[in-house]
Amino acid sequence: MKKKKKRSEPGPSQLSLHHIESVFVAVRPLSLAHVLQNLTKLREKMHFMLLFSRQGKLRLQKWYVPISDTQKKKIAREVIQMVLARKPKMCSFLEWRDLKIVYKRYASLYFCCAVEDQDNELITLEIIHRYVELLDKYFGSVCELDIIFNFEKAYYILDEFILGGEAQETSKKNVLKAIEQADMLQEEAEAPRSVLEEIGLT
Amino acid sequence: MPAVSKGDGMRGLAVFISDIRNCKSKEAEIKRINKELANIRSKFKGDKALDGYSKKKYVCKLLFIFLLGHDIDFGHMEAVNLLSSNKYTEKQIGYLFISVLVNSNSELIRLINNAIKNDLSSRNPTFMCLALHCIANVGSREMAEAFAGEIPRILVAGDTMDSVKQSAALCLLRLYKTCPDLVLMGEWTSRVVHLLNDQHMGVVTAAISLITCLSQKNPDEFKTCVSLAVSRLSRIVSSASTDLQDYTYYFVPAPWLSCKLLRLLQCYPPPEDGAVKGRLVECLETILNKAQEPPKSKKVQHSNAKNAILFEAIALIIHYDSEPNLLVRACNQLGQFLQHRETNLRYLALESMCTLASSEFSHEAVKTHIETVINALKTERDVSVRQRAADLLYAMCDRSNAKQIVAEMLSYLETADYSIREEMVLKVAILAEKYAVDYSWYVDTILNLIRIAGDYVSEEVWYRVIQIVINRDDVQGYAAKTVFEALQAPACHENMVKVGGYILGEFGNLIAGDPRSSPLVQFNLLHSKFHLCSVPTRALLLSAYIKFINLFPETKSTIQEVLRCDSQIRNSDVELQQRAVEYLKLSSIASTDVLATVLEEMPPFPERESSILAKLKKKKGPGAVSVELEDGKREGGELNGGGERGDTPAMSASNASTPSPSADLLGLRPAPAVGSAPPSVGSLLVDVFSEGPAAASAGVNDDGFLSGRDLEQPPETSDALLAEGPGDSDSAPPPAASEEPAPPLPEAEDLLNKFVCKNNGVLFENQLLQIGIKSEYRQNLGRMYLFYGNKTSVQFVSFSTAVSCPGELPTQLNLQTKTVEPLIEGGAQVQQVVNIECLTDFIDAPLLNIKFRYGGALQNITLKLPVTINKFFQPTEMVSQEFFQRWKQLSQPQQEAQKIFKSGHGIDTEVVKAKLLGLGTALLENVDPNPENFVCAGVIQTKGQQVGCLLRLEPNAQAQPGEQMYRLTLRSSKDTVSKRICDLLSEQF
Repeated sequence: MKKKKKRSEPGPSQLSLHHIESVFVAVRPLSLAHVLQNLTKLREKMHFMLLFSRQGKLRLQKWYVPISDTQKKKIAREVIQMVLARKPKMCSFLEWRDLKIVYKRYASLYFCCAVEDQDNELITLEIIHRYVELLDKYFGSVCELDIIFNFEKAYYILDEFILGGEAQETSKKNVLKAIEQADMLQEEAEAPRSVLEEIGLT
Repeated sequence: MPAVSKGDGMRGLAVFISDIRNCKSKEAEIKRINKELANIRSKFKGDKALDGYSKKKYVCKLLFIFLLGHDIDFGHMEAVNLLSSNKYTEKQIGYLFISVLVNSNSELIRLINNAIKNDLSSRNPTFMCLALHCIANVGSREMAEAFAGEIPRILVAGDTMDSVKQSAALCLLRLYKTCPDLVLMGEWTSRVVHLLNDQHMGVVTAAISLITCLSQKNPDEFKTCVSLAVSRLSRIVSSASTDLQDYTYYFVPAPWLSCKLLRLLQCYPPPEDGAVKGRLVECLETILNKAQEPPKSKKVQHSNAKNAILFEAIALIIHYDSEPNLLVRACNQLGQFLQHRETNLRYLALESMCTLASSEFSHEAVKTHIETVINALKTERDVSVRQRAADLLYAMCDRSNAKQIVAEMLSYLETADYSIREEMVLKVAILAEKYAVDYSWYVDTILNLIRIAGDYVSEEVWYRVIQIVINRDDVQGYAAKTVFEALQAPACHENMVKVGGYILGEFGNLIAGDPRSSPLVQFNLLHSKFHLCSVPTRALLLSAYIKFINLFPETKSTIQEVLRCDSQIRNSDVELQQRAVEYLKLSSIASTDVLATVLEEMPPFPERESSILAKLKKKKGPGAVSVELEDGKREGGELNGGGERGDTPAMSASNASTPSPSADLLGLRPAPAVGSAPPSVGSLLVDVFSEGPAAASAGVNDDGFLSGRDLEQPPETSDALLAEGPGDSDSAPPPAASEEPAPPLPEAEDLLNKFVCKNNGVLFENQLLQIGIKSEYRQNLGRMYLFYGNKTSVQFVSFSTAVSCPGELPTQLNLQTKTVEPLIEGGAQVQQVVNIECLTDFIDAPLLNIKFRYGGALQNITLKLPVTINKFFQPTEMVSQEFFQRWKQLSQPQQEAQKIFKSGHGIDTEVVKAKLLGLGTALLENVDPNPENFVCAGVIQTKGQQVGCLLRLEPNAQAQPGEQMYRLTLRSSKDTVSKRICDLLSEQF
């Protein structure tokens, strides 16, 4: 909640080395390690979104912060375990590390987002719901199998809705329109293929 | 729209997925996957050029395999090829693969960037969006370098499609977060702000996230967004639920945008323009009013969206903390939620109220909900909700309701989840102390705490109760009686035994009149617990016994018997054995008078910040303790980093309670005044400051009420101490020195500089005399041990020392010393303690004059005592962002001191680091963009104030040896401090 007043003066990163003789080399560009370090400190709306089944199988994962693959696996395991252990009627928010996990169960699937501690939990819940609505509308009463077999579509829809962890377009119509247009392009581009070719026998 | 059938048909993929799903075991699955991987590999390697469709299908299969959790190490090239396909669906799969399996292979990145570049300039909005999504998903530095210039242009260009603008805004946000240095502010900046006025709600929704992030970093440049945001918010809030068409979500107009607008406003103080402010207050009132209206839908989505806005509005109201009316209304609204049937709302209401409780305007209103909150603590089924309730009770506690809240927390503690017990214990202990009106209540509470949750009662808690009992004579009798009763319990916690032992040892006499608690009864009670206790507790009990001998001479023979028995006097534990031997001896040789002096009641402890509070801060971070209404300014203490204190190496080195090797500083064994010097010199600071925050982590201190004794007492008083032994009081005062002190030695300044970055070492040495120093500092206090070693074989006579403060120093620094023995035998060493208190910042060093006669000749030496302002640093850890922010805040010219100087001995990173740590600041890693540079932060603790200090040292290591230079910049809230530290430190390299 606390935000400091800031003055408009260049921070150390942009400090000009004005009164310095040429003995000093100019400030070098940020190292990647520094960037990564810094990045986690900047406010991110959403750190990641996970979809997983009641059996704990991951169905979709989207990461909005750079994390190594091994870390991703570890985090996913941890979060899934934690959420699955929750009982119904418990609240949908969990404190985890310095983040907050917001989750909701739809039929056999858990949808789960990690947001910053000060972020708005309720609006995150509705982000989840809107995504479910989008999937539902697109697939026509969506079920877990739709997401398994058409995982790439689930990703496209998510990208249209949320980009870089922030809501990009909250209108259901507009998101679906974008996807529909893409599907149209797809149709035009594709010629029908023989069944044999499809299963890779040619 | 059953779109799935549309042009989809990667049947091969579907077949593969089915196969995997049909696998009965993990092994079967792996087998199937390996088969598929081999197949794909051969296809990719095969002579026959694959058509786009097959490539797409195989890449998609690889993606699926990867998402199952298997590693994929090929296929990147094929995916990149897909990017340049003209067919949308192939391109799309290519981008998806790249987004999911980023590979920093530079060759590939170049190719990917090329493909993205082509798509961005294609003017085909669908392709552009795909490319932008990819940049936003990958967000690597390479991409930022390639596109950070281009994207702002796309974002503000007049002819860009709305959907592209949306993607561009969030893409830019991602790049800005990744590489703020590459996204340069410019002409586009002002145009971005005006996107808040865009007709397309989707564009506003996307752009506002970017604007919020940018204005956090450049508030002034984006100031205009405040009024724009207010008017946009006002339009949304006052619109009917159907006005915004598809942006209305379950009858709530644009909930996401509303939340984002309210969030943006939280980056700024309340608007100065009266009209804007009026409009905003109106909006906030409308939002609060709407919460009272009957719901337009029974769906949870409706209430969630509505309440999401409400909570965000309340967050803004709390952020402003200036509208009493709104604060109280917010509080009432949250009060209703406290009993809502939705667990989520109860959770959020408890959480939000915690912050409201710290506002002076709403504190009282929050308090009215105490019963509900207590009820929540008792009845909530979800531990995270109960935790929130406990937090809120802590936050709303004040003198008026402390007894009730503490009682409730205590009773909750009996059944509380193990995960939160320690924190609860600390909170109860803090509240009990803070709001204690009568101290018997306080003592009861802490003893209850130990009884209920003894395992979770940390050292700090029981140290604290002892400090308070010792400092308040009105509660001592009661405390003795209460611990005596508590110890009657057949099984009582070891912490209870510690408190009991300590308190009865000090104040057992106050209840000894009652035959039921006669001295022997007390002793037997304590001793009945002895065998069940750990070594530190036993050590404490032994000290209590020797105190008993003094308090009750009639127990002497019984206790001597106990001390004399083999299990004590030959205990395998050195500490116990030593105590038993020494106490036995002391009790048999010392006269009653001497015993009475040695074992006198503990003097009061100086009042300092509660160590418990420091511990809680450390546990929870600074925010958690913001309940301190009296402390007012939440920001005030922030530079302290919320209690990252006490981890200095000096402390961890000094926690040994056995005779410490560190006492042997000069390689000469420091001659103890009496052979029986109990525990260590090493543990001194732990004892001295055991109520200070540091002790929290120093930890091991066992009891400290005997060994710590000499350290706590004011230096002038000459009541004999155990450490000094009975013979001490006979020693004659040193003869008054008739000669004037000599002027400081010419090298005194250099000698002083040697100690800026270290605390221990040899200060001075000539043929006759060696002076060693060992010092420790904590907050604004310090203790310096001076060891005077006679290097000759002839005794020094008329040895005297004097510490003086020249110039203004007496008002800045408070020094106290004890006189030393006037005689130093040949080869012997004597020790002198200097207690130091820093009142305010200072520049000059105190002087130390030493006079003695050696073979008849008077020696007269004056040195500078190495007490420099940096000794009172407490290191402060902070992250980059925080550091920059504070750096900016200290931007007035006089707050900065800078020096450029040549490196004396070449530039060795490790040496520099060691020096900077020795200076007392925290060395902050990964803060400065240039890894060559060093940045540090610390707070100078003086009695009157704290001075936050930031430091930046830039070497030019690349230069020729001999040409190497440093630039040192200091910024602090006080000009004299910046200057002085700059001067001191620049002499160190």
